[in-house]
Amino acid sequence: MTAAVGAPTVPRTFELRLVSVIARKVIREASRDRWFWLYCAGFAALAGAITVTAVPDQNLIGSGGFGRTAASLVALVQLVVPLMALTLGARYLAGERDSGTLVFLLCHPVSRTEVLLGTYVGLAGSMFAAVTTGFGAAGLFSALRSAPTDPVLLVSLAALSWLLSLAMLGIGLLISSTVRSASTALGMALFVWLSVVFLGDLGVMGTVVATRLPVSALFATVMVNPVEAFRLASVVALDGSLDALGPAGTYAVDRFGDGIANIALGVMAAWTVSAVGAAVLAFRRGDQT
Amino acid sequence: MIRVEHLTKAYRRKVVVDDLSFSVGGGEAVALWGPNGAGKTTVIRCLLGLVGYEGLIEVGGLDVSTHSKSTRGLIGYVPQELGFYGDLTVAETLALSCDLRGLARSRIGEVIEAVSLEAESGKRVAELSGGMRQRLGMAVALLPDPPVLLLDEPTSSLDVTARRRMVSLLDSLRGPERVLVITSHRVEEVGMLVDRVLALDAGRLVHECPPGELTGRLNLESWLHVVLPSSQTAGALAHLTAAGYDAHENGHGVLVGVSPEDKVSALGCLREGDFEIMDFEVWR
Repeated sequence: MTAAVGAPTVPRTFELRLVSVIARKVIREASRDRWFWLYCAGFAALAGAITVTAVPDQNLIGSGGFGRTAASLVALVQLVVPLMALTLGARYLAGERDSGTLVFLLCHPVSRTEVLLGTYVGLAGSMFAAVTTGFGAAGLFSALRSAPTDPVLLVSLAALSWLLSLAMLGIGLLISSTVRSASTALGMALFVWLSVVFLGDLGVMGTVVATRLPVSALFATVMVNPVEAFRLASVVALDGSLDALGPAGTYAVDRFGDGIANIALGVMAAWTVSAVGAAVLAFRRGDQT
Repeated sequence: MIRVEHLTKAYRRKVVVDDLSFSVGGGEAVALWGPNGAGKTTVIRCLLGLVGYEGLIEVGGLDVSTHSKSTRGLIGYVPQELGFYGDLTVAETLALSCDLRGLARSRIGEVIEAVSLEAESGKRVAELSGGMRQRLGMAVALLPDPPVLLLDEPTSSLDVTARRRMVSLLDSLRGPERVLVITSHRVEEVGMLVDRVLALDAGRLVHECPPGELTGRLNLESWLHVVLPSSQTAGALAHLTAAGYDAHENGHGVLVGVSPEDKVSALGCLREGDFEIMDFEVWR
């Protein structure tokens, strides 16, 4: 090995092949990450427990009884899935930067856009596995107890949960692209989780009381939150009444009718695209070492 | 092959590379020499396009600021602090690097052999010693058989034996079509490996010269630690001081300030005074 043998070919600007290589690496790493398995096991255990504890009541409300289990699963997803996705996304690139492996990746002929998108796709695949595990556990326990089950509804809720996780992963990666250490990224992710899951509700209620917002503005404020958009889409999937969501729900039914589910899906998609786009821009701009 | 013009890099408001210009032609080996904080690693990271900068950098005729992905295809890089995925084995790490470069995996065996890691190819990276990780870093850099090799303090974490092996390996990598850029703060190592030294201080180029001229230009001083019988230490100190040497008592002997080219004369002075030299070593 005494001399270079010709110059390597000049790579194209953007290569899907590299996104795929990095995504596979991320999935392999996630499969070896104890935190990921802890999240999966916790989510599956809670989903299974909800199914088991909801079963006795179902006899009282007949074949429609799965609705109660499903509603409980929606409440669980609202808490657990954003936490999983936000922390997974936020820890990832910042963790790579901490450990020096980001330099290992970036000293290869790969663009930062390919690294970020590959990471996103890999984490999205991992979240798909986690959500499938949770809802799979729910379905399994339901079947074992011979309880009424609605497979279509279960799959619909799993798909909505995954969509929610895609938006949250994007926000997590945006955090990861802008801070320098994994611990700071984790702290910010927890703050965002608290904001969208708890403070969002309380903030909206407080704002309504303090400012006497018109109901249309209240609806818009609620819908800005991707977790609320997930809840709304889930309630529609459950074929339930949006009145349960209060004045905003009533307004949504009156104003948008059946189109409300599309709006909710659009909100989650918009969060996903804008968060991932912002993460790409932040990651490309920063000094990544 | 490499052209750098008016390169300036600042982190926040601290300038770490200041208006640096140099070029390296095909077949040349160049050292970026300087103390810690001189800006050597930052220059390497700019060459790789890992950080933003002001000025112009071209590698293989391509502007790094606009074609960093393409220029990295021409570069093999060994970082000072090696960050590998600890769960991957040596072979898996090289396979990942092959995939990222779009190379056939048939190269893996060849580079593993080149850096003598055959016995460790199935070991997890987390289980490797510092020297083995350094060799793995070399293997990753050599995979594409690149025309440009950037080596950031390639021997910094190695013991004496491993350092000698690495120097020998680096020497074997020189060739008419390959450019080597090595950062180092070891004068003697630089002398063995390169044709030209770019001496940096606080981010500025202070000297550009052949390695043999570096010590003279920088007025570098070495310290010769001579171990003597304790009964002779005071006499040897007085003898050296009388002969004009900057000598101090140190542990089991004396410490003598010498120029790098003139270490032997201090030993000769002690021999002429009939002092028993039990051992000696050079400190820089």
